[in-house]
Amino acid sequence: MIYRESGQFRTTYNQDTQIFPLRQDRFAMIALLAVGLVVIPLVASDYWLKALLIPWLIFSLVALGQNILTGYAGQLSLGSAGFMAVGAFACYNFMLRIDGMPFLVALVLSGISAAVVGMAFGLPSLRIRGLYLAVATLAAQFFIVWALDKFGWFKNFDPSGVITAQPMIILGNVFDTAQEKYLIVAVVVGVLALLAKNMARGSTGRAWMAVRDMDVAAEVMGLPLVRTKLLAFAISSFYCGVGGALFAFAYLGTVEPSAFTIDLSFRILFMIIIGGIGTILGSFLGAAFILLLPILLSVVFHLIFGNAISASVISSVELIIFGVLIIAFLIYEPHGMARMWQIVKEKLRLWPFPH
Amino acid sequence: MRMNLSISKTLRGLIAATVVAATALIPTVSFAQAKEQYFGIPSYRVGPFAAGGTGFFGGIIDYLQYVNMKEGGVRGVKLTWAECETEYNAARGVECYQRLLKKGNQQMHIFEPLATPIAYGVLNRVDDDKVILTQYGYGRSDAADGTVFPWVFATMTSYWSQASGIMNWMSTKEGGIANMKGKKIAHLHLDSAFGREPLPVLRRLAKDWGFELIEIPVASPGIEQQAQWLRIRQERADWVILWGFGAGMNSTAITSAARINFPREKMVGVWWAGSEEDVIPAGEAAKGYFAAANVPNGKNFPLVQDIEKVVYGAGKGNLSDPKRIGSIYWNRGVTAGIFWVEAMRNGQVFANKRGQVLNGDEMRAGFEGLNLTPARLKELGIEGMLPSFRLTCRDHEGSGQIKMIQWDGTKWNSVTPDWISSDKKMVRAMVEESAAKYAAEQRIIPRVCPA
Repeated sequence: MIYRESGQFRTTYNQDTQIFPLRQDRFAMIALLAVGLVVIPLVASDYWLKALLIPWLIFSLVALGQNILTGYAGQLSLGSAGFMAVGAFACYNFMLRIDGMPFLVALVLSGISAAVVGMAFGLPSLRIRGLYLAVATLAAQFFIVWALDKFGWFKNFDPSGVITAQPMIILGNVFDTAQEKYLIVAVVVGVLALLAKNMARGSTGRAWMAVRDMDVAAEVMGLPLVRTKLLAFAISSFYCGVGGALFAFAYLGTVEPSAFTIDLSFRILFMIIIGGIGTILGSFLGAAFILLLPILLSVVFHLIFGNAISASVISSVELIIFGVLIIAFLIYEPHGMARMWQIVKEKLRLWPFPH
Repeated sequence: MRMNLSISKTLRGLIAATVVAATALIPTVSFAQAKEQYFGIPSYRVGPFAAGGTGFFGGIIDYLQYVNMKEGGVRGVKLTWAECETEYNAARGVECYQRLLKKGNQQMHIFEPLATPIAYGVLNRVDDDKVILTQYGYGRSDAADGTVFPWVFATMTSYWSQASGIMNWMSTKEGGIANMKGKKIAHLHLDSAFGREPLPVLRRLAKDWGFELIEIPVASPGIEQQAQWLRIRQERADWVILWGFGAGMNSTAITSAARINFPREKMVGVWWAGSEEDVIPAGEAAKGYFAAANVPNGKNFPLVQDIEKVVYGAGKGNLSDPKRIGSIYWNRGVTAGIFWVEAMRNGQVFANKRGQVLNGDEMRAGFEGLNLTPARLKELGIEGMLPSFRLTCRDHEGSGQIKMIQWDGTKWNSVTPDWISSDKKMVRAMVEESAAKYAAEQRIIPRVCPA
């Protein structure tokens, strides 16, 4: 009923290839953008922006990058936190060493730096696959963090081994309040997500999926394997790099290389597994699950129990419940939360008269 | 000036008397509301570092509770607090910071995460929010320069001061700085920013004193150290400085030393390698091992005994295992609580708001005015637990002193009854140089301190 397509005819090729063929989806998207870009900055408190929404959007972007590589192109990678680190430190150095560097240009350049590094570490993917590739990308993770830690130049020889992000200035305006930072992050993530969606449903995405499903068959059909795989690595690392730069500049401010550990790479991988492999929406849902659910549990538990129970017990129980929820989700819907959303949509199409 | 002051005092007294008279006439409910100063506690009670977190934050809470129970708060202002679990994780820590920041119409003014990643995560937020970030023995060493970091403190004793203090103690063990010439000292450290932090001090001293510094990194998490100890044996190191973190790395270092028969009496740990939890897993092998402490363990302090009696006696203690009273982390937590409460006392005096709730600026002034004289330490019942020190507008570090403790197989014992000083002049010069560089990079104009 709600998702009824009847009466919506596609009479031209343009209509057939548009990004949201259903009228309902178009309205929903416009409403979402209005809420995201206008309502939230106006009404959300500092806590919501600084502690929840900004990190969520940033990690959604990084998960999107991971999803392009692992979900669409089928290359299992454990280096995403490393590529984030490249982006963060590249952005810092571009801002530091080039006078009058505009922030947005530095942001793009940091993504490109990460893409170059990502392509270099993607080369082994031409020979090895699956779990073995994951081990090879593990090398990227360790090497990048080690190199950033080891060589003082990357950190401008800071004795504490950290970088402190410079102020974000766009066209002479300093973006330093929570609302302004949120707007930068939301616009960058929105634009890149749109690009990703279009790549995924265009020829690039079809090439990735062909390689994912069977790379020998894809090659026989005339797809250049080298180009397709390396492109996936480059674009995925670009997303991670931009995410890393935003992580440093719009979220934490001061970062050390050891913020980008293997733990973070695993968390990003879990985000797409729980959110939905090979979906754009899944990246956002998965990031919310991994990042925000523990916080929700913690807030709820504090509200219910307050100081009645020892804080140590509460903290442990939160972790246990979070673990149980992950297992439950994977059993109930192994294809991730994006798939659940799809099922809900199908049900809404028939509602209230299911057969 | 004095005259003016007394006049203004009488004036204020008059006003107060009028207000009291006025309120006596009108029955109000506002007086029934108790005055409360709110604190945020970003603790970590789960995960690999939970042992340290429960001890440290338990100590803070126990002291706040103690002040409430013993004196009914600070001049009648009750201390309240809210806790938030950070899991020693930067993202969770930042969320906790934002969540704790406001509680109703109350605001948090002091933030002590006891975690470098979290401290860095909020470093750029504290100025705007008017929150003091106190890095108790960790974090940026150059935060000791109060002109560049007005809201950040390295109270007390930074990594640089600690490294310098350890070397000073070592030189007295060797019979003077002259004897340090030609010695080989291995700096066995976690391969991270934390592990490399003391290197500028150690390299400088190696040049000045003429000893050979062997830098040996250990990859995180540090439980694989065979190659490193082989190298220590090959180089025939005279001393090993263990700059480790986590019970896994520290106990591995000690057992590895035992395996190659390196004397434990020649090993000195940083204070993250100097708690009970770090050495107990190594068992017998840890006997004789030294560690630097900013706060020694033990129950032989009147305050500690009184907390046990008053707070734990009433069944309101925070530690689930009361045997941990007097342990390294818990004692450190109690002293952190003392800094908070002393800052509050000072702030009330400076702002002339005795018995009233302070705002961020007033609390900061109180913290910067920390002055723990020997007499005050005695009054608090913590003589020997903290060195006497004073913070100023310029100096946000304080003492820069350490105490050396040695493990006897069952407990830590202080081997230096007095506090060991660092080379304050050298460290201060390095702090100022580093802070100036930070200020230039961030375009911060250092504030001017009264001379």
